[in-house]
Amino acid sequence: MSEAILSWSLLAAQLMLALAMLMALYRMVRGPRAQDRILALDALYVVALLLLITQGVRTASHIYFELAMLIGLLGFVGTVALAKFLMRGEVIE
Amino acid sequence: MADLPLWFSVLLSACVLLGAALTLAGCFGLIRLDSFYLRMHAPTMGTSMGGGLILLTSALFFSFTEGRVVLPEIAIFAFMSITTPITLMLLARATLFRDRLQQQLDAKEDASLGSDSNPPAVPPAADR
Repeated sequence: MSEAILSWSLLAAQLMLALAMLMALYRMVRGPRAQDRILALDALYVVALLLLITQGVRTASHIYFELAMLIGLLGFVGTVALAKFLMRGEVIE
Repeated sequence: MADLPLWFSVLLSACVLLGAALTLAGCFGLIRLDSFYLRMHAPTMGTSMGGGLILLTSALFFSFTEGRVVLPEIAIFAFMSITTPITLMLLARATLFRDRLQQQLDAKEDASLGSDSNPPAVPPAADR
């Protein structure tokens, strides 16, 4: 009983997160300017991280946690590099 | 999955559902709001409260099933709550810079177009 509650609510949470990813993807494809696309990409990274965490709870394995940490690190570096590119026109000067 | 007591699984379900709903609301704001400066505030709901609740669910679940305190989720949460303001501030500064540059270019173009009839109202590049 309690197992069923947890697994169904995890499934519902994953569906909601997938819908959130679709919304961020819409903004990234549609976004009128470059900074909108970068913002949507950052949101997409965060939602993918959360989706991996819920998958880890669902399968009760620790591997997804490592992946989530990797996504968090790479997302931060990528967004900072893109923002710097918007500001200066080049990443490393 | 280990056998959890009923109250514990209800608590975990409430946490994960609320976190996912907040993240969904943040991404909905991303497509609903009008200007970039408004949109910039929307996804922070997902990174602060939504991410916090989902990571709390994971920490509680693994602490219970493994019988010891599992805390690496706190590291992800701390990292996320430190890095999100940094990235958004950099992005906002870049956007302000681009907008200002565009305004200056427009003003210069107007001045050069109407230079023979009337003097330019705005002196070009007066600030910065």
